[in-house]
Amino acid sequence: MPLLTPDELETLALSLKVSGAAIAITTPIAFCLAWLLARVRFPGKMFVDALVHLPLVVPPVVTGYLLLLAFGRNGPIGAWLEHWFGITVIFRWTGAAIAAAVMALPLMVRAMRLSIEAVDPRLEDAARTLGASPLRAFFTITVPLSFSGILAGAVVGFAKSLGEFGATITFVSNIPGETRTLSIAIYSALQIPGAEQSVMRLTLLSIAVSLGALVLSEILARRVIGGRTHVL
Amino acid sequence: MSFDIRLRKTLGKLVFDQRVDSAPGLTAIIGTSGIGKTSLLNMVAGLMRPDEGSIRVGGRLLFDSAARIDVPPAQRRCGYIFQDARLFPHMNVRSNLLYGHKRAQDGRHLMTLEEATGFLGIDHLLDRKPATLSGGEAQRVAIGRALLSGPDFLLMDEPLSSLDTMRRQGIIDVILRIRDDLGLPILYVTHDEREVDQLATTRIELDQPTPL
Repeated sequence: MPLLTPDELETLALSLKVSGAAIAITTPIAFCLAWLLARVRFPGKMFVDALVHLPLVVPPVVTGYLLLLAFGRNGPIGAWLEHWFGITVIFRWTGAAIAAAVMALPLMVRAMRLSIEAVDPRLEDAARTLGASPLRAFFTITVPLSFSGILAGAVVGFAKSLGEFGATITFVSNIPGETRTLSIAIYSALQIPGAEQSVMRLTLLSIAVSLGALVLSEILARRVIGGRTHVL
Repeated sequence: MSFDIRLRKTLGKLVFDQRVDSAPGLTAIIGTSGIGKTSLLNMVAGLMRPDEGSIRVGGRLLFDSAARIDVPPAQRRCGYIFQDARLFPHMNVRSNLLYGHKRAQDGRHLMTLEEATGFLGIDHLLDRKPATLSGGEAQRVAIGRALLSGPDFLLMDEPLSSLDTMRRQGIIDVILRIRDDLGLPILYVTHDEREVDQLATTRIELDQPTPL
């Protein structure tokens, strides 16, 4: 018996694609939000904070339904995308990536925000007296010092994307090869009598992928920062 | 005139009216805590903005509220030595020393890396991380980092306060040499009269802030 059946391979590839895309979109957005919330005082900060955390506290089904309303054919964003770019995300892997990104965002922002808050802003002051522009001070001091937190945010986000179920199935349904990610595939297999073996194989696969991501990020963190660094 | 400062700043419910006129050399700013010594240095460095007034160092205008001049910190060419060395923890000593050096314009360099490490006695520390340095070593590196950025003047915020008596004297000797051999104007904040006696050429007591 081969290590993975073609169906399982397809599910794995799709999950990696969806989660990878979700993290690629969300990491820079989450970092900007984290920096904004950690360092800047502005009116409506509480509102932004609450909005970012909303997917963490409302039921995933509700988030999925709201995404359906927003990105549907007649939804404000969906209609706009269709009109200007001819893109639909509903029932597509891109929609699954959007659902995963929205669900992962609060966890990523939290991890990154903590790591930015842990960087002493007076170090940036010191850099500026040494001739660095604010932007340069930010990229040479704050970004490297919060790097392990950025990475931790990305890993947590990736894990969340991989495990995302409720919002995804509500928003983009369960379509093999398009929106049936690992978690949804496990759920689907559970509905079929006698597919216990398939369920177990998919379960082990999802554990392997998550652990792999964690190990990879630890290695990356050590290579970049050096010494005894831990991402999580 | 090396430092010519007149400024007013409201912080919380207190108004700080500060005035500094000094001849070249080391100007000691003395006063109890809460009198606004560190705020004064931050305003000279451009890290804090005075409400009104003017700051002129060695004839160069750095801030003037009336003329709407506010030179950004990066262009003030000031070497700021903080109470807590404030070295960059993710860089080794060499990278810390060179952080401002690389950005200093040509011809503004006071000394090379080799001269600075020799002068400060820190050649053997170049590959170490700041976390492994003693307080005295860290403060020497911080002084080196400031000198290598090619400053026109130095600001020192109680640079000896975290050091024991033995290491103190070593740093005092370094500061005296910067004052006399390099001839850089220094604005030096302290609450310790003994330091003033040893180091200062001008002594200035700040006025108490007044309630708003």
